Amino acid sequence: MRELTLEDIEGLAVGAWILGTGGGGSPYLGLLNMRRLYAEGARVRLMPPEELADDDAVAVLSNMGAPLVGQERLADPANIARAVTLMEEFTRIRFRAVMSLEIGGNNAIQPLMAAAHLGLPVVDADCMGRAYPEAQMTSFAVGDLRPYPLSMVDPRGIEGIVARVPSWKWMERLSRKMCVELGSIAATCKAPRTGAEVKRWGILHTTTKAVALGQAVRKAQREHRDPIEAILHAEDGRLLFRGKVTDVSRRTTEGFLRGTARLDGLDDWRGRRFDLAFQNEWAVGWLDGEPHVMTPDLICVLETATGEAIGTETLRYGQRATVIALPAPPVFLTERGLALVGPRAFGHDLEFRSVFAS
Amino acid sequence: MRRRIGVDVGGTNTEGVVIEDGKVIAAHKTPTTEDVLSGVREALSAVAVPDVQGVMIGTTHFVNAVVQRRDLPRVGALRIGMPASRSLPPFCDWPEDLATLVRGAVHMVEGGVDYDGRPIMPLDERAIAAAARQMRAAGLSCAAVSSIFSPLDPAMEERAAEILREEMPGASITLSHELGRIGLLERENVALLNAALIPLAAHTVQAFEQAVAVAGIAAPLYITQNDGTVIRAELAARFPVLSFASGPTNSMRGAAFLTGVQDALVVDVGGTTSDFGALKAGFPREANTVVQIGGVRTLFRMPDLLSIGLGGGSLVREEGGRLSIGPRSVGFRLTKEAIVFGGGTLTATDIAVRGGRLALGDASRVASLDPAFAAAALAEAARMIEEAADRMKADAAEVPLLAVGGGAFLVPDRIAGISEVLRPANAAVANAVGAAIAQVSGEADQVFHGLSRSEAMAEAERIARARAVDAGADPASLSLVDIEDLPLAYMPGGALRVQARVVGDIREAP
Repeated sequence: MRELTLEDIEGLAVGAWILGTGGGGSPYLGLLNMRRLYAEGARVRLMPPEELADDDAVAVLSNMGAPLVGQERLADPANIARAVTLMEEFTRIRFRAVMSLEIGGNNAIQPLMAAAHLGLPVVDADCMGRAYPEAQMTSFAVGDLRPYPLSMVDPRGIEGIVARVPSWKWMERLSRKMCVELGSIAATCKAPRTGAEVKRWGILHTTTKAVALGQAVRKAQREHRDPIEAILHAEDGRLLFRGKVTDVSRRTTEGFLRGTARLDGLDDWRGRRFDLAFQNEWAVGWLDGEPHVMTPDLICVLETATGEAIGTETLRYGQRATVIALPAPPVFLTERGLALVGPRAFGHDLEFRSVFAS
Repeated sequence: MRRRIGVDVGGTNTEGVVIEDGKVIAAHKTPTTEDVLSGVREALSAVAVPDVQGVMIGTTHFVNAVVQRRDLPRVGALRIGMPASRSLPPFCDWPEDLATLVRGAVHMVEGGVDYDGRPIMPLDERAIAAAARQMRAAGLSCAAVSSIFSPLDPAMEERAAEILREEMPGASITLSHELGRIGLLERENVALLNAALIPLAAHTVQAFEQAVAVAGIAAPLYITQNDGTVIRAELAARFPVLSFASGPTNSMRGAAFLTGVQDALVVDVGGTTSDFGALKAGFPREANTVVQIGGVRTLFRMPDLLSIGLGGGSLVREEGGRLSIGPRSVGFRLTKEAIVFGGGTLTATDIAVRGGRLALGDASRVASLDPAFAAAALAEAARMIEEAADRMKADAAEVPLLAVGGGAFLVPDRIAGISEVLRPANAAVANAVGAAIAQVSGEADQVFHGLSRSEAMAEAERIARARAVDAGADPASLSLVDIEDLPLAYMPGGALRVQARVVGDIREAP
């Protein structure tokens, strides 16, 4: 167990945004909260999952809802901490630690905010290894772990529990409805996990990975080195394409941001093209019309000059962008994993083929 | 006879021009003075003519006050939205030095609405009155009010303003929905900056009015805004943040006027940077992203600008076989440090003189420079300009590029993706011209209930027209330039948010 420095958390915000693979919401407000909490003397400890006893209880946290609403209501650490204590009251479980549902984007910071209030450590793990749009797109769902109960908290003191559902899909449906009623933003504590479950089914060491990724970028920027080179080196990633954005089309359907983008090649890729499809996050990439990279491999679109991630909401014509891939967590490469988060789960009738297989 | 006087107060120079029937008939350039006003007075006196319809002044005075942290009073912040947003109070993401200067009081009370228009909590009017009394007791006379989702429903901010006016007579009050967009912290920051600039704005506008009177000009005074239009000076004094980017905006609009091109990219190449903007129908394209002002994150009506570190004073170096230009620059010391002026620093200006683009200083001093190196450096500058121009385009279609500024010689005549490069005559006073030709606008951005879509859009246009006339527009000249409707889900009575903007000519004095 080690104490996270504010410098670690600044790195986490940058790394989490990259692991958001185009979505996950900006970690900026979470980072602001952490800067304030650290200035007031709070400190957060990071716990290696190996230190969990099999029967320890772990709270899995996320902020649920529309990023736009979050920009108005902001995010309050007291709120996410209350989701944890509410779950404790409902289940009579005492949590040993908290962890993140998704390490990609804003939700990477949520457990740190709760931890600062509750004095609990944060487990160095999550259950997506990136960002995904729906509740069933997790490694815990791949492991067919129990999807309930869920606690949900609103700053007005409105509190709800989803006590029992037959599946992760049902959990998504019920909790999404509750969230909309609360104003489309709510702090949630997902189904409690045991230490054994986290060690067996969690995606481990992803906080450390996100911090290292962010620090690599920040260090390269400071030293005027190529930050993308630093990312590829830090994460065993693969450079897929470098070019400029020549077309973007977006539409909002069923609460998701869907669309496509096209890049025309520059440098070594001059004369070639790369197309991307997204649903909140980047889902599939085609090189010269041939499927080239697809979920669950992580597709990251980065600003060529700064190495900072570009979101599916902010990509626009003329940007110089570099597409890289990072390896998928192995748990998603299983048959059940691919059924939940493979290309077909996002409406692309493609057989998954990892870009790292070649 | 339709004469207008335009004045642009820049960081270095104050320019004045007179425009008559679409032509520049007089121009004067003078160094910007420490007090700003004597420069304006000189420019006005130099170009004063009879029969002037209006005087339009663009100034960087307000944005400079923020950047330089001067002339800023303490401000009271009132945020409506508790218990949401509690952990991140007003000023929470300001640079510490500026926050220490401006943060007079922070009050947070219950209220705010959700994205669907339902109240988060009922408005706590008693808490607002108590906050107002405390602010008054603390000697504060400028307040900013922000409320969650106020751009969708401003009623709570407006009610709070009524209470503040009762409890703090004479105080100036800025409401966030009048200025900013969705994004509470960024909108609140705009309101706080505006509140902090109101005393300076009131003082400056008053002094401008005096300068106009002293110059013997009997015409109304207008101040230019970020969007390329002007507002009556007394209104401008209430919204100084709306004049933050009038420099680049006036430069772009002036270039458009001088070339007769309405849809184009514009690059203003100065000594240290090249600033790119885009014009659509003669007005600058708005930025849709966070813009930092003096280290404060804001989101409001600002032109979309891209700045790269390339200018006439940029340092040219070759290190390890790699040629680079900028971002470091000799800046205003160009006439001392550049080689053609007898200095010892190789700048983009020296390269251009060697490459035959420009006759300036003593060309013999760069005669020993390898012509291939000069050509490669100019090609590198061209590549930087080409890439930035491409990034500013909205799509792949070719557009003209208007090149202005003292360093415009770095812009080559042929650029990929650019149909033609135009270099306006009189470019030296493009900013003042941009100010002189500005029109008046009126805007509406409101949520309508119980109206059909066409009724709501007609109502929004009516409000925008009325506001334009209030701002000094000739009713007969008004035209609708922008209207957009956004349906809001889950709101009772089929609520619809409509934004409308009209533009018209300045009304002739009776």
